[in-house]
Amino acid sequence: MQPLEGLVESDRVHRTVYTDQAIFDREMANIWEKTWVYCGHESQVKLPGDFYTVQIGRQPMIMVRGMDKKIRVLYNRCPHRGVQLCGSRQGNTGSTFVCSYHAWTFHLDGRVKGIPLPRGYDGTRMNPDNPDCSMKGAAQVDSYRGFVFAKLSPQGPSLLEFLGDAKIAFDDMCDRSPLGEVEIVPVCHRVMQHSNWKFFMENQLDALHPSVTHQSTGIAAGRAERALKAQGTTPPLYYHYLSTFASSFDQWDSVQTVNFPRGHGILKGYMGLRPDDPDTKEYVASMYKAYGEKKAEEFLARNIHHVLIYPYLSVQSPLQQLRCLRPVAPNKTLSEIWHFRLKGVSDPIYRRALWYFNLVNSPATMINADDLENWSKGQWGLESNGLDWVSFHRNHGGDSIEGDVTYSKNGTSEAVMRSQFKAWTEYMRA
Amino acid sequence: MSKLDSRLLDEVVIFENQEAKSTGAQSLAPDHTPRQLHREGALPARSALGPGVQHSSLQQRVEQFLFHQSELLDGKHWSAYIELFEADGVYWMPVTPEQTEWLDSASIFAEDVSMMQIRMGRVTHPNAWSQAPNWGTSHLVGNVVIESATATTLVVRSRFQMIEMRRDLLRHFAGTYRHTLKLHGDTFKIALQRVDMLNAQAPFDYVLQIWV
Repeated sequence: MQPLEGLVESDRVHRTVYTDQAIFDREMANIWEKTWVYCGHESQVKLPGDFYTVQIGRQPMIMVRGMDKKIRVLYNRCPHRGVQLCGSRQGNTGSTFVCSYHAWTFHLDGRVKGIPLPRGYDGTRMNPDNPDCSMKGAAQVDSYRGFVFAKLSPQGPSLLEFLGDAKIAFDDMCDRSPLGEVEIVPVCHRVMQHSNWKFFMENQLDALHPSVTHQSTGIAAGRAERALKAQGTTPPLYYHYLSTFASSFDQWDSVQTVNFPRGHGILKGYMGLRPDDPDTKEYVASMYKAYGEKKAEEFLARNIHHVLIYPYLSVQSPLQQLRCLRPVAPNKTLSEIWHFRLKGVSDPIYRRALWYFNLVNSPATMINADDLENWSKGQWGLESNGLDWVSFHRNHGGDSIEGDVTYSKNGTSEAVMRSQFKAWTEYMRA
Repeated sequence: MSKLDSRLLDEVVIFENQEAKSTGAQSLAPDHTPRQLHREGALPARSALGPGVQHSSLQQRVEQFLFHQSELLDGKHWSAYIELFEADGVYWMPVTPEQTEWLDSASIFAEDVSMMQIRMGRVTHPNAWSQAPNWGTSHLVGNVVIESATATTLVVRSRFQMIEMRRDLLRHFAGTYRHTLKLHGDTFKIALQRVDMLNAQAPFDYVLQIWV
């Protein structure tokens, strides 16, 4: 591969970081296969034997609940001849993994359980005491507030160190439940992006694009919202989810981003998700009861649109949904889209978040329809010899730096991308 | 309160619903139009066996209705398509066949008529960028079974195949429609169109821009 030197400067990056196969391979090895990667939520595998397959970098893994209730993350590979042990994306494997090729069996913690005609291995070095006879596991598995992560390398930071202040993504999500917990909505939308994974990560905190990219949806929803108001009807909150996309450049410029070490970041909220209606009053009362007024108000007032866990997760904590990237190739990225339900809230409060999931994050999204179009065209543009550099000059030098956190003075500052590439460079040089 | 929490409480900005003087692209180039304004042309001719023709059976009338619906979609007659629905009608594409409640489950589409109008408004806006590449569909509907019929309501099951062309690529969708139809004289209005797509849980190579 070409040397990394000279590809990333403080205000611009070379186009090949989005297009080059060797750079992509190094990203898989140096980032995804070394650091903490999101696997799923504990409630996806409630019972012993419940499993869910998940891709970590180039490695097909299984997240499985053991007989001891512990969640493990194992390579989806039979130690014998390599055949994958789970052929479906999810399910319950009982108390045992069974290989479909030669019936080797394994405990849910990966230890070999049985080998057919075991005497055939007498006198060989492949005997049940050899760890090579058992399924290999991820080096580390840990969870934070029910969200499970695995790390394939034994080195590096703990999960909490890795998350840093961005752990607020999960606090903000769970703290909005009077029980302090969420559970998975068992639907995973998957949308293939024909673009490098960085397009999505940059786009998530890019406050300049919505009123350009999403104006068609914002204008149509705003028209409907105003028509209802004119009739004296209060428009549903979810119309506002869509109409805010058509706000002006100046409005978007007033929404701040917070940029943490390791590339994580926050786009602050702007939708005002606390209407004055009986459902909300009832919900707020249940929060007061659970946490006391002061704490509950602190939880409800957290002003977040979404939190990025770099380089693969966008968590929309106030609406309990997240999108996780599984890069496939330099120009191909699978996004997995999940929704969570706050435990202990009423149907109308759940429905409020569900509308956002259905309208913005479903495969019929009226929002990402135009994002995906941009990212495809962006990928093709960067594959060309048109020019070599991608510009992140907006407000360069104008951000407010406090310790290791960068607050963009302007919402539309490209501080977000600069912060992500700083982290990228650290990962790639390691 | 952590420092981050207090920073998140600073400078709270909430966008009110006021018409922005102009959105981003409009403020710079109001006529930045990648394509012609959408105009719904003449509707496709109805079957000679259609409403009012005495010898057409209920089965035939239902089939003609479904064929007409497909032609409206393929012809991009969005407003005529929406008019096929009752005022409180619903278009629903759940993710799994097991789902029963359109309002309370994660769906691909879950739209009342008002939301359908927003979708139409989006897709016909000159700056709906995703509509710039060539885009069209071709539906085929068959295996039409009237599951139940009362004096006012029919439940009709059918199968569909849909090929979509976008930019230079074809995509293939297939599945089951279940229409709850209300009788209005000689014709019908859709109370619920439920769409169970065979590939609802497969990865989507790009999104669905309009109803299937």
